[in-house]
Amino acid sequence: MQKLINWVDERLPIVDAWNKHLGKYYAPKNFNVWYFFGSLAMLVLVNQLVTGIWLTMSYNPSAEGAFASVEYIMRDVEWGWLLRYLHSTGASAFFIVVYLHMFRGLMYGSYQKPRELIWIFGMLIYLVLMAEAFMGYLLPWGQMSYWGAQVIVNLFGAIPVIGEDLSLWIRGDYLISGITLNRFFALHVVALPIVLLGLVVLHILALHEVGSNNPDGIDIKKNKDENGIPKDGIPFHPYYTVHDLLGVGVFFFIFFIIVFFFPEMGGLFLEKPNFEPANALKTPAHIAPVWYFTPFYAMLRAVTVDLFGLPAKFWGVVVMGGAIAILFVLPWLDRSPVRSMRYKGWLSKISLAVFAVSFVVLGYLGLVPATEGRTMLAQVLTVVYFLYFILMPFYTRMEKTKPVPERVTG
Amino acid sequence: MRKLIFGLFIAVLPALGLAAGATVHLDEFESDHADKASLQRGAATFTNYCMGCHSMEYARYKRVSDDLEIPVELYEENLIFTGAKIGELMKNSMSKDMAADWFGAPPPDLTLETRLRGEAWVYSYLRGFYKDEARPLGVNNVVFPNVGMPHVLVGLQGLCAVKPNIGVSASVEPLSGNINNADVCPEYAIEGSMSGGEFDQAMYDLTNFMSYMADPVKLERERLGIFVLIFVAIFFVFAYLLNREYWKDVH
Repeated sequence: MQKLINWVDERLPIVDAWNKHLGKYYAPKNFNVWYFFGSLAMLVLVNQLVTGIWLTMSYNPSAEGAFASVEYIMRDVEWGWLLRYLHSTGASAFFIVVYLHMFRGLMYGSYQKPRELIWIFGMLIYLVLMAEAFMGYLLPWGQMSYWGAQVIVNLFGAIPVIGEDLSLWIRGDYLISGITLNRFFALHVVALPIVLLGLVVLHILALHEVGSNNPDGIDIKKNKDENGIPKDGIPFHPYYTVHDLLGVGVFFFIFFIIVFFFPEMGGLFLEKPNFEPANALKTPAHIAPVWYFTPFYAMLRAVTVDLFGLPAKFWGVVVMGGAIAILFVLPWLDRSPVRSMRYKGWLSKISLAVFAVSFVVLGYLGLVPATEGRTMLAQVLTVVYFLYFILMPFYTRMEKTKPVPERVTG
Repeated sequence: MRKLIFGLFIAVLPALGLAAGATVHLDEFESDHADKASLQRGAATFTNYCMGCHSMEYARYKRVSDDLEIPVELYEENLIFTGAKIGELMKNSMSKDMAADWFGAPPPDLTLETRLRGEAWVYSYLRGFYKDEARPLGVNNVVFPNVGMPHVLVGLQGLCAVKPNIGVSASVEPLSGNINNADVCPEYAIEGSMSGGEFDQAMYDLTNFMSYMADPVKLERERLGIFVLIFVAIFFVFAYLLNREYWKDVH
């Protein structure tokens, strides 16, 4: 065995790679529960890829056959129902772990210097993930697949001058049709997964170059022993590999409860109107995107005024795009001398809490039909969402921070 | 092209009107896919009364015969009217175009109906027909106002003269001992062959069968789920012990 490893290693640096990324990658020893979600996101990604490959084997990407082929998978394909529920539940689980992973970053300042690129790659992953989820949602060709896609693609039509042609170009037709389905299928199963995997590699390479942050936001590389090993660091393998197994256990327990007992999750993960085949002549009473898009959908709907001769819909799209775009520049908005929320002042703490609450409430508002009161609340919360970022350079500099310890705590 | 889009838009308008319809209070319903007798009775009712118009074209006869423990010969003889083979999909012979002429819209496929509208909705709808001379077929439905479907089960239920009490559960008057709302319909215009209770049971069976058809793997899925969760729990114990072993030298 050792001989084989040597043989390969002389031709390909596998030992080096193993040490760099696992065996001698020193991670801070004080990771807490928030640090499970990165590896869990990877786990869910593998789940999506594997179940996706098998689903592709029986799925028929045509307007005539798509809906029936999904039911064929659910009924006639051996274990097809399990593959599909793993995939559909996995899609929602992906967003849950990614949102928690991002929140961890916000809490402990993991985007701050020198980890700006990790954050940006992460944001790109999030963006591609949204595109991947959106296109995947069209594939079952149910009513909500169809009308959800119709609404979202029509958003591009709000862009002045080129809008109409742009949405026509995306659809490949005047309405969402089999042509759209075919191209979304190609993008969903080939193009976007390749991009996604590439970005995940970049995300991790950038992380391993500068090292992991930790709940104290301390740079563990400043304190090394005589061998050059960080005093507060432990090798990722075996310590965090076995540690992550615990997270996997808890995650799978919850995940499988949903897969086996509540695969529709009360209409949140599989929306009820999607049990009816797509029908271009029949609009569902209430079109709502899947839950993971609803915060942004609520912001889109919150904009109700025409401005500068451009329709409200256009400004809604701008606000929605801005809400995502502003996350990219986060590393340069935070001017605090400390990373972690543990040592930031109360202004930062309150801001983050208010931001998190407004994001969740916006998510709820995007799920339910709009009323006058709800739209007003969404407008307020949209402003709160943006204020969190726009005011960040000020409150992070103004506030009094606590002294950061030399070594990691607990 | 513009004309086509405009035409489509006009075609969508009536649907928007329907969408604004009010919601009614529904009767509660809890399916039981383990009750084979109920599912078998439901299968018989569905095949005899519904399947002439409504297909279940995503499901196969063989699966129903296997899951409901109905012998293949018996099934073929009594529950397949189209001459289809037992392994075929459960389609019917009604042409969609002609059906659209007759009813305004072709009767929808019902394989996934309970997952689309909910079991309680289907159960309430089936018991929600009443006499309404203003409608072309002389009947209306409290759950689905102005529905295009005739009251197919009039021979069993009879025809309710007034709006049936959907969403109102039966209650006993403590002093007199009288039972109120035992029958969903307080007054019949035409008597049916079944009593109120018998019809409720038949509709329970029918809805139960439709619920099974929408999600045929439910029973097996939940059975397996228990084992999967037990496995994950045991896995967690070992992962915990392994983790503790390694981490005891981290200080």
